[in-house]
Amino acid sequence: MSIAQRNPSPPALAQPAAGALRDALDVAATAGLGLKPQHYDDAVACGDAGLWFEVHPENYMVAGGPRLAWLEAVRARHPLSLHGVGLSLAADADPDVEHLARLNVLVSRFEPFLVSEHLAWNTWQGVYRPDLLPFPRSTEALHRVTANVQRTQDALQRQIAIENPSHYIAIEGHDYSEIEFLTELSRRSGCTLLLDVNNVYVSANNLGFAAEAYLDAFPGDRVAQIHLAGHSGDPALHETLLIDSHDAPIDAAVWQLYERLVMRIGPRPTLIERDDRIPPFAELRAERNRADAALRSPHAVGAAR
Amino acid sequence: MTQSLRQFQDGFAHALRFEACEPDAGAVMAGLVSQPGFAVYRNTVMKGCVDALQDNFPAVARLVGDEWFRAAAAEFAAANPPDRPALIDYGARFPEFLDAFEPAAAVPYLADVARLDRFATQAHVSADAPVLAAAALASLSEDTLARAVLHVHPSAQWRWFDAMPIYSIWRDNHAAAAAQPAADIEWISEGALLVRPQFVVTSQLLGVDGCAFLDACGRAEPLADAAAAALAADPDADLAALLERLLRAGAFTQIEFHGSSMQEAG
Repeated sequence: MSIAQRNPSPPALAQPAAGALRDALDVAATAGLGLKPQHYDDAVACGDAGLWFEVHPENYMVAGGPRLAWLEAVRARHPLSLHGVGLSLAADADPDVEHLARLNVLVSRFEPFLVSEHLAWNTWQGVYRPDLLPFPRSTEALHRVTANVQRTQDALQRQIAIENPSHYIAIEGHDYSEIEFLTELSRRSGCTLLLDVNNVYVSANNLGFAAEAYLDAFPGDRVAQIHLAGHSGDPALHETLLIDSHDAPIDAAVWQLYERLVMRIGPRPTLIERDDRIPPFAELRAERNRADAALRSPHAVGAAR
Repeated sequence: MTQSLRQFQDGFAHALRFEACEPDAGAVMAGLVSQPGFAVYRNTVMKGCVDALQDNFPAVARLVGDEWFRAAAAEFAAANPPDRPALIDYGARFPEFLDAFEPAAAVPYLADVARLDRFATQAHVSADAPVLAAAALASLSEDTLARAVLHVHPSAQWRWFDAMPIYSIWRDNHAAAAAQPAADIEWISEGALLVRPQFVVTSQLLGVDGCAFLDACGRAEPLADAAAAALAADPDADLAALLERLLRAGAFTQIEFHGSSMQEAG
């Protein structure tokens, strides 16, 4: 008998990956979608111009089987971005050699146009915590994260992009603001930056700063990708504590911040993320096409010149 | 006073796991834990672990219901946090945890159902490999066959369960859209074989003879010894039928004769 799998069975034969050259031309600044297993068929079939997909490489760190076959099938039609959650670059420890090796295997096989990670930690003393944890942005931390990003870039033989995380608590002991820290990290390590506009909105709300001012001050010339996602209020504290839950459509205020951002810095590849309460593909596609339209607006295109 | 990054991470990691700060963690950590937002980190970490276990043990979750499952999974996660970010592999020790989990004592088959859930995951993510075609054995002399070693397919998982129909219980609860549970499950011993010849995991009942046969193959014993093991487990075993069934299931990837081997895609 055949048992139901988490993933539908993949097409019999995947086309070979299309190659990085086409991506370098195509992924200039279009919008993409987080790839969900329930949308594999839709993803392969969708022919929207410039559409690309992003996955967490950790979900594909397997020896074989249908997951990898599906990713091959999607990759044969669309550019791909790998967005890591497990390197723990802000831990006071070297990145795990085995994890880096597994990531390298995926990078070689799927030729992503971008590899990214977070300004956060989660693996520490042999335990992995499925979250993106904060730390004091001290001079010591800047040295450590810079070294870890460099080590990663050396292992992968390519530049990576580092994302601003969501914040829920105020921490003492920062020597740098987040923007100063990311700018210095980018300058010292050569990494680019991934600007998550929803994370800025959530953090601004939770820590009490102005999201517009943060985005206006962010170094646009270092931004390789933008992320957009939905958030939700804490069940008890509601709007006073917003959670980066990726379980809802993108908020109107986040759309406004996004449009303001691309008018300033010009178009950048933009991802729509959804990880919980996954709607039908058409709903995510509509959000994706809205972002794509913003990228093609005359204001955004004009800002790039 | 300023903490080092290492001190901060030690303190934060401890505070995530326990309600109270370590007494010597200092005012800095106490100031973080007392903020309402600290609970977001605690909840997110726990939710991530429990969600992964629920994905990895769907039949167990279906048998006991969401609430019971998530409470048990949270206890497991607190004592056995993940050691790597690839959570598809998380929960290797969950079956043993259920064996010893007192609230599960009334459900004596739960841990073994968890073992089959784990088998399904392992078969799902195992290395791809060709399947040994039944025809590969057809032309061999009995003597050659007796000395040959059958290599088990890397996705194949099997186990004999004494005194409980674990396979039937698991099968009726595994698929999200499982057919109506069988009206009557006969309360007998059962074995199970799960294998993923290509892209889809398949499962079937396996007798005690078949389990003993595959155990011997897994130890790279020649076919004659595997046959003897099957007969020792069940004197009534029909070896020809058993071998044919295992070949048809895709349980082997290649056959080896005295150091040389051949494989054939099925």
